[in-house]
Amino acid sequence: MSALRRWAIALGVLFLGRKQRRPRFADRPRIVPPGEPDPRAEWLVLGLLLCAAAAAAGFIAVYSFNHLAHQTQYLGLALGLAFAFVAAALIVVARRLVVTEELEEDYPLPGHPTTQEELEQLVTESGDRFTRQRLLLAGAGAAAGAIGAALVVPALSLGPFLDTDAFYETPWRRGVRLVDEHGKPFLLDEIERETFYTAYAEGADKEQLGSPLVVVRFQPAQLDLPAERRDWAPEGVVAYSKICTHAGCAIALFRKPTFPPVEPGPALICPCHYSTFDPTRAAKVIFGPAGRPLPQLPLFLNRENGELAAAGNFSGPVGPSWWGVRSRRPRNPS
Amino acid sequence: MSRLVAAVVVALVVPAAAGAQPGVGVKAKTGKGLYAANCLSCHGVDGSGVTSDTQPRGVLDLRGLGPPLKGVGALAADFYLTTGYMPLQNPHDQPRHTKSPFDKREIAALVAYVATFGKGPGVPHPQPERGEVSRGLSLFTEHCAGCHQIVAEGGYVTNAVAPPLHQATPVQIAEAVRLGPYLMPRFPTSQISDAQLDSIIAYVQYAKHPDDRGGWSIGRIGPVPEGLVAWLIAAAALVGCCLVIGRRFQR
Repeated sequence: MSALRRWAIALGVLFLGRKQRRPRFADRPRIVPPGEPDPRAEWLVLGLLLCAAAAAAGFIAVYSFNHLAHQTQYLGLALGLAFAFVAAALIVVARRLVVTEELEEDYPLPGHPTTQEELEQLVTESGDRFTRQRLLLAGAGAAAGAIGAALVVPALSLGPFLDTDAFYETPWRRGVRLVDEHGKPFLLDEIERETFYTAYAEGADKEQLGSPLVVVRFQPAQLDLPAERRDWAPEGVVAYSKICTHAGCAIALFRKPTFPPVEPGPALICPCHYSTFDPTRAAKVIFGPAGRPLPQLPLFLNRENGELAAAGNFSGPVGPSWWGVRSRRPRNPS
Repeated sequence: MSRLVAAVVVALVVPAAAGAQPGVGVKAKTGKGLYAANCLSCHGVDGSGVTSDTQPRGVLDLRGLGPPLKGVGALAADFYLTTGYMPLQNPHDQPRHTKSPFDKREIAALVAYVATFGKGPGVPHPQPERGEVSRGLSLFTEHCAGCHQIVAEGGYVTNAVAPPLHQATPVQIAEAVRLGPYLMPRFPTSQISDAQLDSIIAYVQYAKHPDDRGGWSIGRIGPVPEGLVAWLIAAAALVGCCLVIGRRFQR
């Protein structure tokens, strides 16, 4: 307890104690006229800096809420207030704490070692009116730290990096049927060419990242899949994850040439940033910012009832790419 | 056979006579004559097409110009002709909505002639007045808005333009959905039923003149133009602030 009190007193002295001036350039004639200390202005500056820090902390607090009405407006307000308080503090410093003088001519430009020293003397003497430098520096540090943190915190939304295991789990494994949004199984005969379908894993949550598929049917001869994926497209039906590998939007565009000799080839396109994938060549990226192909789901045709089912899990991790995601294979639910 | 030869002769001679616009909008009395003059060079005799597997012909080495029209029916012919998508100057261009060089009678004759190439779907008769705008909105969002934007202002796919639907008539919309012109996918009745199609058309008709709830519509194409306007206003305000800050302080 006594140790705590001693620490508190030490901190109080450190921050609140007026600095014992050790005049550095006392042996020389002053360049800047002396100014009166202004303790009230210093307290005002400190208060403004702490308000800035509080506003920046408020930004982080508002950001950490998931569902908050008018969140964007509150975020803007908090950050705006933080900068406004910093600006107000700087204005007070400039107007009331730094020694000002009016000169007919500019100071000569520093170039020589002696003028360099004169400049240092100028700066030091201009700060003469400060009496609680360390306290004000601590306040400025608090404001800068809080605002810096407020600017960095949104980067956390770029993607989870602590607990990513759930992202590697998909509901697909051998035998899981493809169903439409109403839960009806997809039959091969109902899948037509020149259009595209959205399919989900039977019994899985449709909102789960690994569930939705984009399904397209081609003439088997149109497909140019790698050798190890020859069996993945029964009767020319291919299935890829519907989640773009760039930023995780849904692949909502299908480009289908009416007359291929004079028109661009078939493509799956993400409407967010126009990542373009060639569905006939294992969703190879042919345009746009995506860094890797859409994961392909091997399909299996039940010859007895014509239903389509998965023959395994995806060829790669589902969803947007970020550090470390490219190399791992998805997992089945345990 | 003599008719065929005559048709080929017409196809080769008449365009030359038309001068600057070879093969576009050449007049003739019958559907067959119109076809021979305006369509045959790309779609071949009796709609057989000039595909990449077709043997190269003559000095021009014409290959891969146009798809066969057997079995496309009146639906496709009506869509491509009433929208002015066809006739197309250069088969490598994207067809665009233009004024057709043909009048109504000529289009009807051509459509009837193309329909004789093979059994195909007829011109649809959508009834948008039976559809529901709100249902159409959700269906349009699901199936169409990815390319055409939510207010049917059109947009882009890689290498092509998804056209705005301002000029599209209900019949043309119904035809396009079933047909999938150019790069658009085809939506069979298993994906969009005729009743759903009526709702979609009702919504597209509504989206041409939406009920703006105040503010500037700025083309109704979302946050990008709105953001630009906001930047413009903010930039002017900031320049004003800079002027105030930079003004010499008067004692």
